[in-house]
Amino acid sequence: MNLVCIEAGKVYWQTHLMGSIVQFENVGLRYGTGAESLSDVSFTLMQGGFYFLTGPSGAGKTSLLKLLYLAQRPSRGLIRMFGEDMVSIARDVLPQYRRRIGVVFQDFRLVPHLSAFDNIALPLRVAGASDVEIEKPVNEMLAWVGLSDRSTARPATLSGGEQQRVAIARAVISRPDILVADEPTGNVDPEMAARLLYLFDGLNKLGTTIVVATHDLHLLSRIGNATMMRLEGGCLSDPTGALRYPPRREGTG
Amino acid sequence: MTSFLSRSAADRRLMPEGRLAGPMPWVLAIMMGLTVLATGAGLAINNAAKGLGNDLAGRVTIQITEPDAALRKAETSAVISAVSRLSAVETVAEVPEADLKALVAPWLGDQDLELPIPAMIEVSLKRQRPEDMDILKRTARGAAPDAKVQADALSLAPLARLLSALSWLAMFVVMLMAGASASAVVLAARAALNTHRSTIEVLHLLGASDVQVAGLFQRRIALDALFGGIVGMVVALAVIALVGTRMAALGSELLGSAGLGWQGWLVIGLLPLAGFVLALVAARLTVLSALRRML
Repeated sequence: MNLVCIEAGKVYWQTHLMGSIVQFENVGLRYGTGAESLSDVSFTLMQGGFYFLTGPSGAGKTSLLKLLYLAQRPSRGLIRMFGEDMVSIARDVLPQYRRRIGVVFQDFRLVPHLSAFDNIALPLRVAGASDVEIEKPVNEMLAWVGLSDRSTARPATLSGGEQQRVAIARAVISRPDILVADEPTGNVDPEMAARLLYLFDGLNKLGTTIVVATHDLHLLSRIGNATMMRLEGGCLSDPTGALRYPPRREGTG
Repeated sequence: MTSFLSRSAADRRLMPEGRLAGPMPWVLAIMMGLTVLATGAGLAINNAAKGLGNDLAGRVTIQITEPDAALRKAETSAVISAVSRLSAVETVAEVPEADLKALVAPWLGDQDLELPIPAMIEVSLKRQRPEDMDILKRTARGAAPDAKVQADALSLAPLARLLSALSWLAMFVVMLMAGASASAVVLAARAALNTHRSTIEVLHLLGASDVQVAGLFQRRIALDALFGGIVGMVVALAVIALVGTRMAALGSELLGSAGLGWQGWLVIGLLPLAGFVLALVAARLTVLSALRRML
């Protein structure tokens, strides 16, 4: 069960460890010699959980997500993911864990010289899938995000919303264990936002742990079992005092 | 993202190829052209030096400088008779007077000025040993006190040293060119890394390993190097063929021995391949080193 402990201005949020996929303990992140952008962040994400990360701009949401998708190592503290210590893990082992994490970047980070098809296929290519193995799932994903007729288009010719859908399709195509999305509905209309959330919920039901950073509090109401995490001033807190239990699904623990 | 050679067209698209678009292949073509020329020159000079050494090894010239013609003839016969009895001597022969006159004709003209020309005896030793040379000198001077005995290799030693120095200089130039080519590849790899940094970061975050990312760069750079190497070699071979024709026209014995031989041509033929491997290794090490600085 979830516990919230407030101590000297820092918030520690702990849950039971059974079925945990991510554990942060007293994690701090500092860029260069500046102030810490994250301080004493502690939490546990359960396998199969759906989490919303909220907070004002500059609160450290993107920094926290970077730690989650292994783009940064923390300045201090302990991070365990998939049962491994990610702070001291050897650099050449990181790729195999990154392949288990899907990421929707806030700025999409599509590869500009690749078509929508090839951008979506990237995680599969990186994992060593052949062209034959790639074609069907990528086309299905293109159809799902409504971009079948734009498969050969390059990112520069896609609208913001279309780019975002390509970015989301790329993040989910390899059925990651964890999906990390930074403002994934920021550039799409409400109908597409609802469809994307439906996609995330579907993935979540299949056992993928979802972490969505968003300013849009309306999204929270659309996912019944979601847990909200709020970052403020680099510290993790619960603004509502009404943390919900992370969902536990059969066969995912 | 499989092996270097079996990479699919889709994998190759991950990094824009842009081959021949930048200056790199042409810079490498120039480097390879100069490397082939330096290698060809070094090998040819080395062969000429070897040929000169083989021709002169064990050859000795004895001069009889007696002004009186009758006495000179007698001394010459005595020296030939004495020297030919030595066990270390293989052949002894007097240089015909007509050959001697032809030798000095460029300076004295064809007119018979009745100037005393020294008699010359060519001796070939079985082995080039200092003790054999000493015995030869003593024997020749015993028969003709004014006989001058000189090993041919000794008289041409400065030329042999010059050829050797030029050969080493050519090898040094080849090493410099290899270093410059590797540096050009390193610069190109770094530039490509900077250009495609955002793509590399995305590939990394999607789980691509350093070796996978390095493979994309090393393939492109190595193919550029192979293209540049072949172009440079073809141009350099045309230059070598032209120079060879001009040298052959001179009819010089020394220049005639300055050929490349099949080993030389093999070395030159392998240079583009060596450039390809050098570029491959330099690009791989550069990219891997840069990627290690990323998370």
